[in-house]
Amino acid sequence: MELYITELSRYLICFLMAAYAAVSFLVFGFKDEESRSPLYIFQNILMLAMQFFCFLQIETRTGQISYLFFYAFQLIVLMATIILFHLMYPDGNRLIINNMCLLLMVGMVMLLRIDSAKAVRQFIIAVCSIVIGFLIPQLIYRWKFLKKFTWIYAITGVCALAVVLILGSVTHGSKISYSIAGVTFQPSEFVKILFVFFMAGALYESTSFLQILITGVFAGAHVIILVASKDLGSAVIFFVVYICMIFVATGNPFYLFAGMAGGAGASVVAYHIFAHVQVRVQAWRDPWSTIDSTGYQITQSLFGISSGGWFGLGIFGGTPTSIPYVEDDFIFSAIAEEMGIIFAVCLVLVCVSIFLMFMYQAYKIRDLFYRLIAFGFGVMYIFQVFLTVGGGCKFIPLTGVTLPLVSYGGSSVLTTIMMFTIFEGLCMLQTEEQNAAIMRRKRRRRESRDSYEEI
Amino acid sequence: MKKYKDEPVRRRERDRYRDRNRDYDEYSEDDRYDQGEYEERMDRYDRVYEERRKSSGKKKKGRKKPFSIVFLSILFTCLLGSMLFYVCEYSVVNKEKLINNSYNGRQQILLSQNTRGSIMASDGTVLAKTATDAQGNEVRQYPFSNEFAHVVGYASQGRAGVEAMANYYLINSNVSIAEKAKDDAAQQKYPGDNVYTTLNTKLQEVAYKSLGVYRGAVVVSDPKTGAILAMVSKPDFDPNEIDQEWKTLVADKENSELLNRATQGLYPPGSTFKIMTSLEYIRENPDTYQNYRYNCTGSFTHGQDTIKCFHGEHHGQLDFFGSFAKSCNSSYANISMTLDRSSFKKTLTELMFNSALPLEMNYSKSVAISEPSTSDSDIMQLAIGQGTTAMTPIHLNMITCAVANGGDLMKPYLIDHVQTATGKMVRQFDAEEYKRLMTQNEASILTEMMKGVVQSGTATKLKGLSYTAAGKTGSAEYSNLTSDSHAWFTGFAPAEDPKICVTIIIEKAGSGGEYAVPIAKRIFDAYFGA
Repeated sequence: MELYITELSRYLICFLMAAYAAVSFLVFGFKDEESRSPLYIFQNILMLAMQFFCFLQIETRTGQISYLFFYAFQLIVLMATIILFHLMYPDGNRLIINNMCLLLMVGMVMLLRIDSAKAVRQFIIAVCSIVIGFLIPQLIYRWKFLKKFTWIYAITGVCALAVVLILGSVTHGSKISYSIAGVTFQPSEFVKILFVFFMAGALYESTSFLQILITGVFAGAHVIILVASKDLGSAVIFFVVYICMIFVATGNPFYLFAGMAGGAGASVVAYHIFAHVQVRVQAWRDPWSTIDSTGYQITQSLFGISSGGWFGLGIFGGTPTSIPYVEDDFIFSAIAEEMGIIFAVCLVLVCVSIFLMFMYQAYKIRDLFYRLIAFGFGVMYIFQVFLTVGGGCKFIPLTGVTLPLVSYGGSSVLTTIMMFTIFEGLCMLQTEEQNAAIMRRKRRRRESRDSYEEI
Repeated sequence: MKKYKDEPVRRRERDRYRDRNRDYDEYSEDDRYDQGEYEERMDRYDRVYEERRKSSGKKKKGRKKPFSIVFLSILFTCLLGSMLFYVCEYSVVNKEKLINNSYNGRQQILLSQNTRGSIMASDGTVLAKTATDAQGNEVRQYPFSNEFAHVVGYASQGRAGVEAMANYYLINSNVSIAEKAKDDAAQQKYPGDNVYTTLNTKLQEVAYKSLGVYRGAVVVSDPKTGAILAMVSKPDFDPNEIDQEWKTLVADKENSELLNRATQGLYPPGSTFKIMTSLEYIRENPDTYQNYRYNCTGSFTHGQDTIKCFHGEHHGQLDFFGSFAKSCNSSYANISMTLDRSSFKKTLTELMFNSALPLEMNYSKSVAISEPSTSDSDIMQLAIGQGTTAMTPIHLNMITCAVANGGDLMKPYLIDHVQTATGKMVRQFDAEEYKRLMTQNEASILTEMMKGVVQSGTATKLKGLSYTAAGKTGSAEYSNLTSDSHAWFTGFAPAEDPKICVTIIIEKAGSGGEYAVPIAKRIFDAYFGA
């Protein structure tokens, strides 16, 4: 009986996830939120079913009663988030909220399997973040003056990173966290938001060559400090976001190509200067020859991804804990191993749908500042997903960034939820913009009707 | 009717418009509301507005469509897409390899869930199985002890042979979920899948016994499919005792019992290499090779180097076929001086020398060097398979198979199919063409030459039997200090329609015709039931 339950739920979870991912893309076939509504509800049902079968599997394999409470709390929080957001912000985008809840759910199931204490911590942080997140769309909608703090964002960002570089503690060989009163922060996560606001503000003011040079200086400062802290992943993300935002603001492909060329040049220089970059690249090119030292992590990750097969070994059926730091950088491998490659791939597809929704909104918003923010967050998000998943499967060298919302990490979860809720605020602004446009057109028509009748 | 991009917004707006501006919009005084007419009307207004704007000379405030966003969206989506494709492809293609890696802890999970499956011969005879002893420990048993030692291999102290190649199948269990539930209830492990090999117990026994106390190797295969029917290597060991004997076996560098000489032993090929030299000569002289003549006086001298015939025999007047049949070293040294070295190099590369073989087990790469810079002396040595030239028995067997199969090499394989413990098919391995090593014409010329060896040459012990054999002997000198030689034979039967291909090497026995050919005869006899 036990075996039938675990086997059956293995397949069902994959099937539900595939359906969920498909619906995430189907949403784009409908123009407005109203007509997408049935799809969103369908998504919620799929997610709840998935969660149910995950916990069913966990319970049959472990028999821990305490996990049932965790399930109940999770269920309440997720449902409350989805329903309350819809009630409070009817003009917001429900795809982002649904996907956010799904990613949190998958992350917590996986963390529970790896280390239940961490899952509980992650859950508490997520709840706090969601509460904060409820306020953010209002603030974005009301505080139009956010456009004006351009240089404050930049200076705060650089200072925060510099403080960590000087005073921060070392985790996994990188100086990226800083403790205040026992709570550990990773400022580079929050600086991501500031950085996008800074870039958007600066490019909103002007897209002249001079302005681009000045932003380049500040962006460079961010990147250099991050490289000095050995936080290569974040450095690359900041750089890519900088290039892409300039390209979109100016519409000039020259900046994109120049940026790519510059990035390639900088990578070569970094490779020759920094020993840890060389180690990472070596471990990527041939992890098998150094399987017991620098190649250990990546080979264990590859073992994890491949051993699960299409449908996975089932939760608690594999050995994801054999991968060092699995809950941070290699959560994708753990998911692939226990929930299957199909599930893991669909999870990334869900991330892609989030990215596309960001792009779609960025395309629709007319105000350059808000457009750039939506765009910047989208690129930042998808590129981080690319770095962590690509690094874990030996597609690109390992950079050590987290899978947003799924990996363990309070700062990362809070930052990502803030990004998503800021995006909700942008959706409200866009609706307002649209209404204003309608009003303008109405006025125009009245004018022309009057004159038409004169004729 | 014109379709509007902002249709829903327009609809909402229209409703509001109708409700709030009843007094303003004369159209709404009429309670009937016709959408078509309304749209038409709106269009007319928009047109007028456009015309007026144009005539007033005001430029429309340009709102550029942000195509850069579209471009980057597509770019990133493609990036992620290719990555996901890579993940799937990599993990599916490398699944077996990764699970076999000793650093992969997942093996232990499988081992704790499943009993290791059995390995069978083609007729279903058990070659290896896992049993539980009196203390409840799992023991791997090999009923044939030493006979299949190298080819079946062992599964503790590392893995070798079929145990290593098929490890993935042996440790996985594909029995139905109902069977698994039954095992769960009985608190038993699931039975691992069984691997059926292509090995023929009768041929293996004959080959094993024929080698006797000699060291050496025998490979028997089916040239039409590539199936390996028997593989023997001596000296051997007892896989049942591998744990107890391990330290002695590893320490014994002189005998190297663990080495599978059939695939890893590198021997000077001696006269069997004349197959390659002949192929090259035919390729260089396709129309005139039959006109070749040579008068053998027991040795050939070029510069300061002299090549002698085996045991100083005088072969007298020879043509090309005669040189091959009598295995005349002097004549081949003479031929080697006419060969183009880069062309010879190309032929050798095509025949997989100095390169990888399509084999899944551990093997050594054969060596045969022909460079434009190679000295005359070395080329003469190469032509008769001496000097630095070295070859594995399996490689020679593959080339012989290609000759027998009209030039086409089938990929050698040992695992025929995998079944669950309850007999459900898991995977069937089919015969697979690897590549063409020579043309059909070249293969038939070589077959004729090899038939000549049996009819009137060094392998006459195979003459006048119920089947026609074809082959080539070799007596390879392995040291300058002794006149002893390794005895080689490689050949196939029946020559008209080859069904079985045999390669034999006996270390330090003497001439191929004396020692290796009789073993080939016993194997052929066993196969054809003579």
